[in-house]
Amino acid sequence: MPRFEPVLLKRIDKPNSAALAGYRADGGYTALKKALAMAPDDVTNLVKDSGLRGRGGAGFSAGAKWSFLPKNHPGPIYLCVNADESEPGTFNNRILMEQDPHQLLEGIAIACHAIRSNAAYIYLRYEYGRSYRVLDAAIKECYAAGLLGENILGTGFKLDVRLHRGAGAYICGEETGLIESLEGKRAWPRIKPPYPAIEGLFRKPTIVNNVETLCCVTHILTRGVEWFKSMGVPPDPNNKRDQGSYGPKLYCISGHVNKPCCVELPLGVMARELIDVHGGGVWKGRKAKAVVPGGISMGFLSANELDTKLDFEGPGKVGCLGLGTAAVVVIDDQTSMVDVLYNCCRFMSHESCGQCTPCREGTAWMTKILERIRTGRGKLEDIDLLYEVANSMGIIPGTTICGLADGAAWPVKNAVTKFRGEFEEYIRSGRSSITPAQQLMAAH
Amino acid sequence: MAVLTEEIRNRIRAEFPKYPNRRAVTLPALHIVHEAQRAVSPEAMKEIAELLELHPAEVADTMSFYGFFRTPDRPLGTKRVWVCRSLSCMLRGGEELLADLTKRLNSNVGGTTADGNVTLEFAECLGACEQAPCILVNDECHGNQTQDSVLKLIENK
Repeated sequence: MPRFEPVLLKRIDKPNSAALAGYRADGGYTALKKALAMAPDDVTNLVKDSGLRGRGGAGFSAGAKWSFLPKNHPGPIYLCVNADESEPGTFNNRILMEQDPHQLLEGIAIACHAIRSNAAYIYLRYEYGRSYRVLDAAIKECYAAGLLGENILGTGFKLDVRLHRGAGAYICGEETGLIESLEGKRAWPRIKPPYPAIEGLFRKPTIVNNVETLCCVTHILTRGVEWFKSMGVPPDPNNKRDQGSYGPKLYCISGHVNKPCCVELPLGVMARELIDVHGGGVWKGRKAKAVVPGGISMGFLSANELDTKLDFEGPGKVGCLGLGTAAVVVIDDQTSMVDVLYNCCRFMSHESCGQCTPCREGTAWMTKILERIRTGRGKLEDIDLLYEVANSMGIIPGTTICGLADGAAWPVKNAVTKFRGEFEEYIRSGRSSITPAQQLMAAH
Repeated sequence: MAVLTEEIRNRIRAEFPKYPNRRAVTLPALHIVHEAQRAVSPEAMKEIAELLELHPAEVADTMSFYGFFRTPDRPLGTKRVWVCRSLSCMLRGGEELLADLTKRLNSNVGGTTADGNVTLEFAECLGACEQAPCILVNDECHGNQTQDSVLKLIENK
């Protein structure tokens, strides 16, 4: 099999990869020039035809999202760039922003032309201080070079891009939570409809796209739809809802592997290949017990599900929530799933925004049940109780406004189903696995 | 006496043209004040509200949602050190790193050293999982940390 040539990560590790001069020398901003010579709707249709699905976790067709904007709207129309990357295990947007900010800025400019927007906000999580400084410098370079501001490349197109820093809240990655936060409010997700394309930021039509999605747009313009569709997995003819998984994807690999890394591959690589080939295998000569397929909210693959294809459909076939952010976290066979699940539940409980009762109370309740089990005071019926609580929270059962609760429920449902025996053994033993360090953290 | 200096006020005002209304300047304003004063006091909230043409309760409401901002009863030290405790870091020793730091710095999690130099916090996923365990010093991330390297890092920053 020929080695895949990265496209999104092509310029990473070049000296001064973040500078405009180098980006232009590598052919940068020619995609924007090409896009500006096209009618906005033609750009939207091109992206729609490419089959590009959002890389932030939901996997919605990017071109379709753009086409939901009202026609002949007097404006303003906004683009929000979701750079609030916070899903545990995920770090690909950070690499794109720190190492190649102009690739993102070019994608933003193309998207804004397509959706007829003159104002884009990059909602950047506060913790990405380096990304902030790199992007800030790159934006200034663009203004000085006539690539942002008035009359871009002499075409009359006008665009302002602004950086907006978050303040440490996972929920701001939910697109309407992000919008509320940008407006200066608590990041409580909105009830939909109306979707942001109809009424979003400052009550105006708004598109929210992930960093990696926008980076893909740049290359679709340069290399075309056929190129994009030459990679990945076509739709399953027996599944009418499958839109296919095309294009390159950044996979993050972390946890118990020898070489944690971010690697770009065509969509649809198997988890096993990511671990053994790209992640250098499980560390310390151990075996994988469980693998998070796409950020913790997607649940777990068990050791005998590692041949699952990580495309938009694959993880769902083995009971996971979906591809999510394609962030793979490997858990070795010496690690307790009770501890792993506790970590996931504690995260979700900490990050639940508190707006919907089932999520606010459910995430805290599940965390408390796991605390009880971990101190050796668990009961066997706690396992079914965990499942019951998890099963009654989220968009899927229809009890919450946003998907955080589904993402909190999934690791629980997967863990107590796929690793039930381990939970039973742990509870029966009456032991406590809490180390002093964990005892300290349990207090927070 | 106003608690916000003219310099701080001007920096907040400089954010106005970036947004169609002033309420959107709430987070930028809170960041500016918090960074300079190591906490946001009720008086500062009132003055931010005046600048943004909001009710002080609206600023307080937003601020209280984000655990990031401190009130004057527990202000930040000179350096803010966050240790990641989420899954990828936990699997590679993040929690032990944090527990060790509480001992070496003689500070609890969320607390500040007696000399006011370091505020120690836990963080949820810092987005540098390939470098687990990782920490954030102010807003710069440092990966592949050990118990000794963290202390050196804190001293040198």
